[in-house]
Amino acid sequence: MEPIVGYRKRRGVEAFMLAFAIALAMAGYVLTHLDRYHELPPQWPWALAALGGVAITVHLVIRWRLPYADPLILPMVMLLNGMGLAMIHRLDLSDTKAPHSAELQLVWLFVAAAVCITVIVLLRDYRVLQRYPYLLFLAGITLLLLPMVPGLGLDKNGAQIWIHVGPYSFQPAEVAKLVLTVAFASYLVEKREVLKKASGRVLGIDLPRPRDLGPIVVMWLASLAVLIFQKDLGTSLLFFGLFVVMLYVATERPSWAILGTGLFLIGAVGAYFAFGHVQTRVSAWLDPFSDYDRNYQVIQAQFGIAWGGIFGTGWGLGRPNLTPLAKTDFIGAALGEELGVTGLLAIILIYGLIVARGFRAALGARDPFGKLLATGLSFVFAVQVFAILGGVTRLLPLTGLTTPFMSQGGSSLVANWIMVALLLVITHQVRRPAVNIATMPVASLEGDTTELIEVGSLASAAPAPAAPQVSTPDADAPLVHADAASTAEEETAMVPSVDTDDAPATTTQIPHDESITDIIERPEDPE
Amino acid sequence: MNRPIRAVALVSMLMTLALMINLSIAYLAQAPYFNDRPENRRVTDARFGQDRGPIMVGNTPIAKSTPVDDQYRYQRSYPAGELYAPVTGYYSYLYGASALESSFSAELAGQDSSQFLSRLIELASGASTKGGTVETTLSAKAQKAAWKGLAGRKGAVVAIDYTTGAIKALVTSPSYNPDDLATHDLQASQKAWKKLNTDSTKPLSNRATREIYPPGSTFKLVTSAAALEAGMSADSPVNATSYRLPGSTKSISENCGGKEITLTQALMVSCNPAYARLGVDLGQDALRTQAEKFGFGTKFLADIGSVASVYPDDLDAAQTAMTAIGEYEVAATPLQMALVSAAVANDGVIMQPYIVDQVLDADLRVTSQATPKQWSKAISNSTAAELRKMMVKVVQSGTGYRAKISGVTVGGKTGTANSDYKRNPYAWFTAWADDPHIAVCVFVEDAEISASEIAGGRISAPIAKSVIEALR
Repeated sequence: MEPIVGYRKRRGVEAFMLAFAIALAMAGYVLTHLDRYHELPPQWPWALAALGGVAITVHLVIRWRLPYADPLILPMVMLLNGMGLAMIHRLDLSDTKAPHSAELQLVWLFVAAAVCITVIVLLRDYRVLQRYPYLLFLAGITLLLLPMVPGLGLDKNGAQIWIHVGPYSFQPAEVAKLVLTVAFASYLVEKREVLKKASGRVLGIDLPRPRDLGPIVVMWLASLAVLIFQKDLGTSLLFFGLFVVMLYVATERPSWAILGTGLFLIGAVGAYFAFGHVQTRVSAWLDPFSDYDRNYQVIQAQFGIAWGGIFGTGWGLGRPNLTPLAKTDFIGAALGEELGVTGLLAIILIYGLIVARGFRAALGARDPFGKLLATGLSFVFAVQVFAILGGVTRLLPLTGLTTPFMSQGGSSLVANWIMVALLLVITHQVRRPAVNIATMPVASLEGDTTELIEVGSLASAAPAPAAPQVSTPDADAPLVHADAASTAEEETAMVPSVDTDDAPATTTQIPHDESITDIIERPEDPE
Repeated sequence: MNRPIRAVALVSMLMTLALMINLSIAYLAQAPYFNDRPENRRVTDARFGQDRGPIMVGNTPIAKSTPVDDQYRYQRSYPAGELYAPVTGYYSYLYGASALESSFSAELAGQDSSQFLSRLIELASGASTKGGTVETTLSAKAQKAAWKGLAGRKGAVVAIDYTTGAIKALVTSPSYNPDDLATHDLQASQKAWKKLNTDSTKPLSNRATREIYPPGSTFKLVTSAAALEAGMSADSPVNATSYRLPGSTKSISENCGGKEITLTQALMVSCNPAYARLGVDLGQDALRTQAEKFGFGTKFLADIGSVASVYPDDLDAAQTAMTAIGEYEVAATPLQMALVSAAVANDGVIMQPYIVDQVLDADLRVTSQATPKQWSKAISNSTAAELRKMMVKVVQSGTGYRAKISGVTVGGKTGTANSDYKRNPYAWFTAWADDPHIAVCVFVEDAEISASEIAGGRISAPIAKSVIEALR
C-alpha cells in the first residue's frame, strides 16, 4: 500500500474565513450608510443575521456532508455575494424606480443557498451525474428553448433569453450552462477513448469516427443554433469555448484547441459581419466616443472607474447610478468607482482564486469525469468573469453576461451556487483520504480501449483486494487510487464509469493508520 | 488528462491576469483623459459643487460660493450682479463658465498646480479642497460711476491705469445678472439663458472688449500720430477745404474755421476733410502701421476674452480717406481706443492691460502676482507730447469741453460714427488725465440724438469725466 497525500479538513479555517467575508460585506453596507447619512443602517442586525445565517447553515451542511471540501470556496463566494448585495443596496439608495433590489436579491440568495444545500445533501457523489448524458443534454436544450415558448418568454433589452413565472423572471440559459457542462463531461468521458482513435486526417487534425463525434457535434450545434436564434452571442461563444476546451482535455490533443481557436476567430469575424449589433459593440469598444449617445453606458462605466481612481470614492460616495444597468451588467463598474481600481483588482483576484481552486480540484480528481467536470465548470466561470469584467473595463467588446455572485439576478445566482455545490462535492472527493487497489487489473486492460469498460467485468477481473485493511462496503468510497495531480493518469482514466454501487470489491479505505495520523484524519463514517 | 487541464488552467489564469493588467493600465493611462471629457458629469458636477473662492474688487467679493443644502452643496452668487458680469462671467451648471470664472477656474477651485501645497495639506488633514481668491484690479467707485453714467443705454466704458496697464473700470450695458444662470434651479437657468440669448439688446455681449465698432473721429488720434511721426507738428498747417474723394464724385466738406488751419485746430473741431486728405497723403500703410502699434490686430485681456480691433487691408485712396476719419471698415473695441489715449498719456508706451492683480490660495498665500509689462512703444516721446497738447485743447476749448475737470489736466477726443444713417450714431469719447493716471474710453452705441459731431462730446464726455473723478 502506498502512502497517500492527506488533507486536513480545515473546517475551522472555513469558519474563520467566512466570518472575515461577512465582516467585509457588512462593512460595505454599514459604511455606505455612515458615508451618506452619518448613521448606522437601522436594519443592520437583520442584514448580519441574514448573511450570517446563510453562511453558518451552508458551513454546517458542509461539515456534516462534505467535511473534506475545499475550505476557501465558500468564504470567497460569500464575500463576493455579500459585497454584491452591499453594492446593490447602495445603488438602491439612489434609485427611485427600483429601491428594493437588494431585498429581492437577498431572497434569491436564500433560494440559491437552499438549492446548493439540496445538491450537497442529495449528491454526495457527483458520479451519478455521469450516467445520463443524453437526458441531461435534452434537459439543457429544453431550458434553452423555454424563452421561445409563447406566453412564457420575455423580451428584455432586445434579447429573448428570459422566462417569467408570476412576478419573477428567470434566465434559463444560466442553468442550462451547468446542465450542458455536465452533459458534455459525461459524454466525453464515455467516448474519450474512441474519440482519441483517429479515422482520418482533415486539415492536419485527426478526426475520430463520425459515429463517435456525431452526437457531440449535434449537441453543440443545437445549443449554438438556439442561442444565435435568441441573439445571445455572448453565451453562445461561452458554450463554444467550453465545448472546445472539454474536447481538448478529454482527448489530450492540442490540435482540437488549435482548431477550436481558429473556428472561434472565424465565428467572431463572421458574427461581426452578420450582426449589426455586434458591429455596434465592437465600435463601442474601440472608440466609445464616436457616438456618445449610443455608447452612453460604456462611456459612463469608464467615467465611473476613472472617477474612482486608485482607491475609489468610498462606499456610497460615488455616482454609480449614472451608468445604466449598474446593478446587473455593470456592477463591476460600480464597484470600481466606489472601491477604486484597487478594490476591483481584489475582486478579480478572488474570482481568479475561485477558478484556481476549481482547477486544483480538476487536477486532483481521481476519475476522468471529475476532472472534466471540474475543468468545465472552472473554465466556464473563468470565461464568464473575463468576458463581463473585460467588457466593463474595455478589454473586450461588451457581452451581456452576468457577473457571477455579484450582479443582480436570481437565475445567475442559483446557477452559480449549484456550481459551488458541484465544486464542493468534487473537492470533498478529491481531498478525502482514500487508496486505490484496482490499479493493477485496470492497467492490464490498457491495450483494449475502444469499448466502454463495464464495472462488472472489472470487478470480476480483479482479484481479491490487495490492501490488507478492507473497509465495510461504502457507497461513498472513492474508486480510484490517490493520484494527487501526479502520475498514473492513464490508469486512472481507465476506470471511467464505475458505478459506486458496484465498487466495494475494488476499493478500500484507510480507516486509521497510526503511522500517518499526523497527516490523515480519521474519515468519518458517513452513515 | 492533467497536462491539458494545466494548459486550460494557465489560459484561465492569463485571462485573470489580463483583466488586472488592463484595469491598472486603463487607470494609469486613461483616467486623466476621461476626467477631462466635457461630457463627464461626475467631474463637472463635482467641480460645480466645489467650494470656489471669491473674486474680489477691493475687499468686496463680486462672486462667491455659499453652502446650500442640495446635491451641488455650494451656490455661486454675484452680489453686484450685472455691474461686474463682463468680468466675473457666469458659472452655470448647464452652460459652463465664462470670463474669470472660466479662465481662473482651476485657481478658484483650488485645483491649480500653484496651489499644490495647500491641496496637499488638505489631503493630509482630510479637509475638502477650498478654492483660492482672485483679486481684480478694478475700482468699485469707477465701475459704479461708469455704470451710472451709461444709465442703461447700450454702451461700454473702459478705464485703465496707463502707467501699469491695470484695468480700473470695465462696464458693458445692458448687462445680465450671472445669478440667473448660476442658479441650481436648472429650469430657471435654462429659461434665463434662452431669454438672454433672444434679447435684441444682447445683454450677454461684452461691448467693452468683445465687440468692435467704427471708432469715428476718435481714430483721428491715430491719423494725427501717424502725421506727427511722419514729421509734422501740432502747428503744421493742414488744408481744410472741401475734399473730393479720389475716384469718386462724393466730397467731404465742412466748415472747419478756415481754408488752412493747424493740425491742433483740425483735431479740436474734428475736421473731416482735413483728416481725409491727410490720410491719403500718409497712405494706408502708414495708417495701418500706426494703428497696429496702438494695438489694432491684437487681442488683449485674454482672461476675460477680447477681439482684435481691425484696420482693413487693400484699400483704395477713397477708402483710405474714410478710414483716416474712423469710418469705412475700420473698427475698434472701446478697450482699444482707451489704449490709444493711454499711449499718448504715457509717453508713447502702452502697458500690457491686465485685470487680475493677484491670486491667493485658500490659506491666503499669494500664488501669483501681476507685474506691469510694457507691451509696445506706439509713438515717440515728442509725438506723445504734441498729441497731449492737442488733446488738452480738445477738452479745454474743443468738442470735448464737457470732460473738463478743474485741477486736473485732461486730454480727450470725441467721436461720432454715423456711417449708417439708418441708426443713431455711435458716441465715442476717449481721454486721459494726468492725475489720476487714467485713460478712459466711453462708448455709447445708441446715442439718442441726431447725427451730429457733438454726440461724442455731449453723451460720452461727461461719463468719462465722472469716471476720472471717481478715481481721484
